[in-house]
Amino acid sequence: MIFTVLIPLLLACFVPFISKFKHKIHTGTVIFFIPLAIFFYFIQFIGSGFEPIRHTYSWIPSLGINFDFYLDGLSLLFVLLISGIGALVVLYSVYYLDRSEPLGHFYVYLLMFMSAMLGVVLSDNVFVLYTFWELTSISSFLLIGYWHFKEKSRYGALKSMIITIFGGLSMFGGFALLSVISGTTSIQTMIANADVILDNPYMPLALGFILLGAFTKSAQFPFHIWLPDAMEAPTPVSAYLHSATMVKAGLYLVARFSMIFGSYEWFFIIVSIAGIVTLCWASYMAVHQTDLKAILAFSTISQLGMIMAMLGFGTKAAVFAAVFHILNHATFKGSLFMVAGTVDHETGTRDIRKLGGLLTFMPITATLALFGTFSMAGIPLPFLNGFYSKELFFESTLDLEGGASGIAGFLIDVIPYLAVFGSIFTFVYALYFLFGTFGGKTQLDKLVKKPHEAPIGMLVSPGILVLGVILIGLFPSAVNGTFIAHAAEAVYGEPITKDVHFWHGWDSPAFQMSLVVVGLGALLVTTRRKWNGIYQVFPGKLSVNKVYDTIMGKLNAYSRTITTFYMSGSLRNYMAIILSTILVVTVGFMLATDGFTIDFGNLAPITFIELTVVLIIIASAIGTIFAKKNLAVILIVGVAGYGVSLLFLIYRAPDLALTQLVVETVSVALFLLCFYHLPDLKRLHAPLSTRTTNLIISVGFGALMTLVGISAHSSSWFETISDYFIETSKPIGGGSNIVNVILVDMRGLDTLFEITVLGIAALAIYTLIKFKTDKGGK
Amino acid sequence: MNNFLSLTHIIVEIATVICLAAISVSFILLLFRIVSGPTNADRAVALDSMGMNMMGIAALMAILIPTTKLNDVILLIGILLFIGTLAVAKYLEKGVIIDRNLD
Repeated sequence: MIFTVLIPLLLACFVPFISKFKHKIHTGTVIFFIPLAIFFYFIQFIGSGFEPIRHTYSWIPSLGINFDFYLDGLSLLFVLLISGIGALVVLYSVYYLDRSEPLGHFYVYLLMFMSAMLGVVLSDNVFVLYTFWELTSISSFLLIGYWHFKEKSRYGALKSMIITIFGGLSMFGGFALLSVISGTTSIQTMIANADVILDNPYMPLALGFILLGAFTKSAQFPFHIWLPDAMEAPTPVSAYLHSATMVKAGLYLVARFSMIFGSYEWFFIIVSIAGIVTLCWASYMAVHQTDLKAILAFSTISQLGMIMAMLGFGTKAAVFAAVFHILNHATFKGSLFMVAGTVDHETGTRDIRKLGGLLTFMPITATLALFGTFSMAGIPLPFLNGFYSKELFFESTLDLEGGASGIAGFLIDVIPYLAVFGSIFTFVYALYFLFGTFGGKTQLDKLVKKPHEAPIGMLVSPGILVLGVILIGLFPSAVNGTFIAHAAEAVYGEPITKDVHFWHGWDSPAFQMSLVVVGLGALLVTTRRKWNGIYQVFPGKLSVNKVYDTIMGKLNAYSRTITTFYMSGSLRNYMAIILSTILVVTVGFMLATDGFTIDFGNLAPITFIELTVVLIIIASAIGTIFAKKNLAVILIVGVAGYGVSLLFLIYRAPDLALTQLVVETVSVALFLLCFYHLPDLKRLHAPLSTRTTNLIISVGFGALMTLVGISAHSSSWFETISDYFIETSKPIGGGSNIVNVILVDMRGLDTLFEITVLGIAALAIYTLIKFKTDKGGK
Repeated sequence: MNNFLSLTHIIVEIATVICLAAISVSFILLLFRIVSGPTNADRAVALDSMGMNMMGIAALMAILIPTTKLNDVILLIGILLFIGTLAVAKYLEKGVIIDRNLD
């Protein structure tokens, strides 16, 4: 099984070589056989006696992360969709994409995506699933931005990237939590230990994170906004990724984890609300669109919402209907996207206001569109698979167990009405799509080219999909028993046997709902022009896109404000920030741990000479602040330096005193060297507030250091090791000058590196003076 | 005899302390000169004198402790004072302390 996942990825490496011959043979015709082969590999698993299969290949066994592939009914449904529709899409793209396009790129991305998607649905290991999940996001990003010279393509690609990666990362958090809670990385083991997870207090957090990932990927409200913008991708991509496969990854995730979370009440509430709201909102919005692909995009969102809602219901009927609709939606939506692409290809526009009356020019395309749209609308005809799942959907909304109180109870009462509302608009946009394109008057003057029927090769793929629509419509039991039931069982946990009939009698409530939908929908379609103005009022300016743009804009603006606020370029500010941070953190830490100890025991007596020297140092330190001339400052600082060396003398450290004296003199000389180039000191004409802050920070910092010093002296925890040096300096080091023995003998390494520091400083100074790169500038 | 030795010892000690006190007073007066100026030349001279006082302090400390280790310090202060004062003087006179070959 690992080969089916990795072969597309492997072959993607060879695509650039194949695409060199694209003028002799279209790259797609070679690629076509890969998904086809995968499809035929997986088709052998279809059958009534299907048993899940597991293959494990180790990857990072120490972390419990392995390529753990698990093929059950749900995965089988998805892999067949991915490989089957993948093959059709590749076939379609052979006729859709011109040979002058960079075909190599396209098929590399597409194969990458196919591999990733197969990996998502086959992985049993959550982290492997996450890896493939992000790979789908990345390859989708690349595919949306395929025509990267277009501004809108880049915008759409970036938007989808940001939203889906945001969800992906949150999902990763959820997975990490789950694997910590359950102690395993395998989804099936988690399902087996579902009660452990459900009892854990962190379970809602994990659920929320995972659902966020699923909702962003499956374009649920309010994260649906990336999908309409992803329509800038080439149409085969839209057909493949944004109707049949990638957007269903979120559904797959919810379906996969519903075995764990299904019994949790909030799972029902959140998922159902998200699904129903998405269904209604997107179907409402779809009618307002003028671009064929935008209509289909919102339609996809709304259908995904419907499936999501059914997964949320979690009853037998709902799960079965959801799985069934995943298949049905993939067939008719894929064909509709291809139809839209064909229309675009043959007329040069996708604007529904410019199109019309194409029936006479493109009869075959129109027929394909007719089946697709009618199936999407759920019109009660026995050869349309969309109707079956729509009716099952209605049934499942009515079938919800009552008796619950609170939000869940309210939901159960409201859901059927919302479902009908959403379905009415589904009906409206489906017919609007069909008649807007193929019905009405032809507007030849508005079209870029004169329309004509598409080449036969372009019609094959949508034709096969429509054939699928009709076949499933005619013989629902054929797919039902063989693999829909297995998929539903994988989601629900118990075998679901469901007979799908066309006719349930006039008194069946679901059928009555369908009739209401058709009746009201037909009414709304005919009067569409009269009520179209409602979109100016609602949503009007309340678009989620605006929210997204505002958030992104504000994020940029605010981060810039924040950055420019503290990255002011003024060293004074940075110094103030650094010092006050040290001040706050240290004081906070010391106060929290009660670290300040002040103990006046164990102090040496003070002699008057020490007192004098210290007074002199203090006086000169204060004097530097008020001195007005450069030289005066340096000389006064020199006094402080000499004072310190005096202190060293008094405290019997002749070596230190010597060094201090030399260094002090050299520094004074160095300062004098630079003075020639330095401007005169100026009084700081800063506002009072700045000067006050400076004063507070400097005094505070000095006080802090004093306190720390006193505390360090007051709390002596260990004996000093100086006795050791005094004893051993002569016998071991062979010298009576203990300081020098320590410097070169006991701790010679420090000295070595201090010598290095001096060497580097000298070299740096030499370099700075000698080498000037900007010869012209001064 | 012993008494005499200890007596001189005490006398030396007292004398040293008095000297230290005197030098401290001198230090404070020099500090006033350094801080108040009024010209940089005043400051330079005051710093030079201060250095000499430091030599005195070092010598007195050597007597007081007593030790011979501070003798190096005394000599070094002398040399450094000379160099430092020279540098300041040259700066005050010419504005630079190292002449360049302008050819």
